[in-house]
Formats: sequence, C-alpha cells, structure tokens
Amino acid sequence: MDKNFAARRRRDLIIAAVLAGLAALAPVFVRDVYVQNILILTLMYAALSQSWNILSGYCGQISLGHALYFGIGAYTTELLFTKFGVLPWFGMLAGGVIAALIAMGLGYPFFRLRGHYFVIATIVIAEIGLLLFQNWEWAGAAMGITIPVRGDSWLKFQFLRSKLPYFYFALALCCLAWFVTWWLEDSKWGFWWRAVKDNPEAAESLGVVVFNSKMGAAAVSAFLVAVGGAFYAQFLAYIDPESVMGFQFSLLMALPAVLGGIGTLWGPVLGAAILIPMTELTRSYIGGSGRGVDLIVYGALIVAISLALPQGLVSLFSRSKAKGATR
Amino acid sequence: MTAQAIIQSLASGLLMGLLYGLIAVGLALIFGLMDVVNFAHGEFLMIAMYVSFFLFTFFAIDPLLSAPLVAAALFVLGAVVYLLVVRFAMRAKANAGMVQIFSTFGLAIVMRGLAQFFFTPDYRSIPHSWAGGKTISVAGIFLPEPQLIGALVAIAAFAGLYFFIHRTDFGRALEATREDPGAVALVGIDKNRVFALGWGLGAALVGLAGAIMAVFFYIYPDVGASFALIAYVTVALGGFGSVFGAFAGGIIVGLVEATTALVLPPSLKSVGIYAVYLLVVFIRPRGLFGQM
Repeated sequence: MDKNFAARRRRDLIIAAVLAGLAALAPVFVRDVYVQNILILTLMYAALSQSWNILSGYCGQISLGHALYFGIGAYTTELLFTKFGVLPWFGMLAGGVIAALIAMGLGYPFFRLRGHYFVIATIVIAEIGLLLFQNWEWAGAAMGITIPVRGDSWLKFQFLRSKLPYFYFALALCCLAWFVTWWLEDSKWGFWWRAVKDNPEAAESLGVVVFNSKMGAAAVSAFLVAVGGAFYAQFLAYIDPESVMGFQFSLLMALPAVLGGIGTLWGPVLGAAILIPMTELTRSYIGGSGRGVDLIVYGALIVAISLALPQGLVSLFSRSKAKGATR
Repeated sequence: MTAQAIIQSLASGLLMGLLYGLIAVGLALIFGLMDVVNFAHGEFLMIAMYVSFFLFTFFAIDPLLSAPLVAAALFVLGAVVYLLVVRFAMRAKANAGMVQIFSTFGLAIVMRGLAQFFFTPDYRSIPHSWAGGKTISVAGIFLPEPQLIGALVAIAAFAGLYFFIHRTDFGRALEATREDPGAVALVGIDKNRVFALGWGLGAALVGLAGAIMAVFFYIYPDVGASFALIAYVTVALGGFGSVFGAFAGGIIVGLVEATTALVLPPSLKSVGIYAVYLLVVFIRPRGLFGQM
C-alpha cells in the first residue's frame, strides 16, 4: 500500500475520533428534547446507512430491501423481551445473528441475479416479510407490540426520564459501523468487494471468490442493520410491521449514502447529517399542513443532488483535494 | 370450493392481468429503449387517474371517452420528464445506475407531494360513469364491465404497439436506437428525439391504463405506489425490455394473484405474485422472455 493511502487512513481515524468526541459533548449544549430526538435519529440513520453501504456501496449489490433486517432486529428483540423476558441486549445480538443468517440464506439464490433483477428481488422479499408479519397473530399481527415498562436502566435498556442514554447508544452504534467500514476498507475483503463491484468476471479470473465475498458483505451489513432495528424498537417502545419493516426504511438507509457518496467512508455520515435533520424539520415546520410541501422539497433535493453530484457530496471535498495532489 | 368459483376468479384474474400488462408495458418499452427503469412509473399512473377524474368532474366527459385525451396528456408529461430530468441522468459518468434510480425516485416523491398539495390527500372516485359498477354475465360467470373494457383496451393497445414498432418509420427508429444509439446518429436520427418520443409513448400507455382504472379504483396521491411494484415485477417476469414479455407477465401476475386469493387470506394475495417472481428469476435470471 502506498504511503498516501496509509496517511489518509490515519487522518480519517483522527477526524472520526475528533467528531465522535465533539458529538459526545453535544448533549451538554443541547437540552431541548425535540432537538435531541433529531440528533438520535440522525446518528441512527448514519449507522444504518453506513451498514447498507457495505453491501450496496462497496460491494455494489444495490439492496432496497434492508428494511427486512431492520424489522427482524426489532421483532427478535421485542418478541424475546415481551414473551420470554430476555434482556434486549441478548435480543439485539440474537436479532443480528438471525438477520445475518437470513441475509446469507437469501444471498445464496439472490447473488446470481444482476442489476434490476437483484434490486427488485430485494424489494419483493422485504414486502413478503412485511406481509407475513402483518398476518402473524402470535407476533401481534398488524397491531404490533407495545413494549412494557420494566425499569429505567442500562441493564433493561429502557430509559424513561432522559433520552441521553439513547443518544449515547446511537453514537456508539454509528462509531461501530464507521469503524467496521474503516477496518474493512483496508482488509482483503475491502479490495475484493471493490473488484467485484467494478468487474465481477475479471475479479473471478484473478482468484477473488466473488460469491463468498458477496455473502460476507451481506452478513456484516444485515447484522449491523438488525442491531439498529433493535435499538429503534427500544427507543420507540412500540413496534408494528409498517413502522419497522416498511419500504421507507429501505429508502432511508440508502438515501444518506447516495446523497453523501455511495461506496465512500464518509458519504453515509455526511448524507445523514444533512438529510435527516432536513427531513425532520421540513416535516414539523411545513409538513404539518398535510399538503405535501415537505415531500416536494425532499424529492427535489434528491433529484438535484443525484443529477448534479453523481458521486455524492463527498466529491466536493475530494475534487479540490485531487486538484491539489496533481499540482 | 366449486369449479364455478375457480373459473370465476380465474376470469377476473385474467382481466386484471391484461390491465397489469398495460400498466407495465410503458416501463418495459422505456427500459428496452435505453436501459432505464423509471421509478416514477406509478406516479404517471396516479397523474393519469387524476386527469381522468378532473375531466369527468369539470367537463362531465366519461372516462372511457376521455381516455385518448388522458393518454395525450401523459405523452406530453413523459416527454417533458425525459427532457428535464432523465436526459441529464443519462449523462452521469459515475454511478450511472444509481443516478437513474434515485433521480426518478426523487421525481416520484415530488409528484406525490404536488398531488397532495393541489388535489389534497382525500380519496376520490368517479361516480355514475357509463361502465362503473356494471357487470356482464357470460355462462354464469360475472365479469365487471370496467375490467372487461380495460382488458379489451389492453389487447388493442398491444396489437397497436406491435404494428407501430414493426410497420412505422418511428417504430423502426425506436428499434434501431435500442440496438445501437451511436450508429443511428450517423444516419441522421436524433437520439434525443427518439428517447423523448419513447418516454412519451411509454407514459401514454400507462395513461391509457390510468384512465380506465379511474372508473373502478379510488384516486389518491399514493395510489401509484401499490401498482408500481406490481408493474416492476410484471416487467421483470417477462424479461426487462421485452414489450410482449410485459403482456405475458401481466397475464401471469393476474392469474397468480387470483389463485393466491383462493387459497390464502386476501391480505396475503400479493405474496403469491412475489413468490412467483422469485421462483422465475431463480430459474431464469433474466426473466421469461429476456435475452440470456
């Protein structure tokens, strides 16, 4: 590896540590619960998008069905918690493992599909999951599950008085997803994925085990998204199929990465930091009229950014840097 | 379950399937022409239904009469969308597939927002149209008139499209452009013009479907979303880009949906469609009539 790459990776790690430190201090200044809520959601979507980016960005397998894993994380945690009294921490791990196993089970037939056939298959499988959960009586069917109050502690992962513990968990999850991406970027897997994305046939001929490397990306990506789902369920204290497995989650996981820069280390974080507060603010300030102005603004932004900056907002930074490097 | 009930539901499945084919064919046409999936296709359908609704409400033109007007309006919309958005999405050098998906997806969200803004989220319907609510009985099988007319229009539209693609100059230009957009420029065909007309034609076809659906379906800003997924599945089943694959795909989807509704609770009727899609692409990864 050339020196520039190693230096860039060290610099990325330092920037991430500084940003995480600053974010950890944010609650000292932000006392408003509404704003805290937006920060928590922003961190959560940054983490989800970062995880989505591993499969869809780095490995190039565009999934619009990650809501399935999000919902599985949420449902595994809450079914274990409400029916068997299992602590959410174990439920979270179980949900992650189940999601990873399902991702690999689905990957077996799915990864033979190319392009739009793959994308549609991912949408369709998440819709099937949604419909099955809506009709599964034991899991609460369309009514969902209300999570009972069992305490106010880290042990139970329930907090009634303050939102701050949720904030710190979301921050930790975001850091974890970022760090996993950072670490994988320079691993054998990272290079394989980029090779698979650019040209699967050429990668195969050079000895990359294309199929296994897609499976690995799917498992890591699904595991992290399911952990996010478990967090979201505890945070909301109520889940139903539409509100944890609906198509909008698949979209909201993909959009930050797309806007920020798909297949890049910083894209998802940057995209989420702009998109999620904007979504929440337009919804509460101009969306209240119920007249769709928030949708118009939001959709127009997606069109504008995807047309003007196909490589995402991070390309604004790297472009100026690349110029400097050539001189 | 009697044989009568099975035939009844297969018959209505077939009618609905032909209409699904008509909804999906515009998507297949555009994909075949330029390898772009229009993620705002469902919103084209929604706009068509509203156009039909307003022509009825303000000018008392029956949806069946106004269908050509709706198709013409959608032709303009499709061409404008190509010229204003898709043309630029095609120029992306990096992440081309991603740019196409999300620029048309963003457009879909804008169109839904505009519909909510101008038409409100209320559910609307067209009361007392000529065909609405009537049924025809053939050998003990009841066929709802709007769906029957829709199926006939779909067959006529497919026949017309076949003639159009194979017998007219524009159809030949369309075929040539899909084969090799670079080469057609050499013989003096403006690629952009063909693409714009292709988008217009694709939108006009879904406009025709929307005009008929307005007779028997509620009209609201999100109505496109539920049909869009079915349209993608229909097109993929037939093989992306294959216009007549969409016709066959539509019939299959309609029959599978009707059969599923016989054996599973109605809320699960879409599961059958999705399962068949997965099954087909696992066996034939490029759909039934796609090039392997």
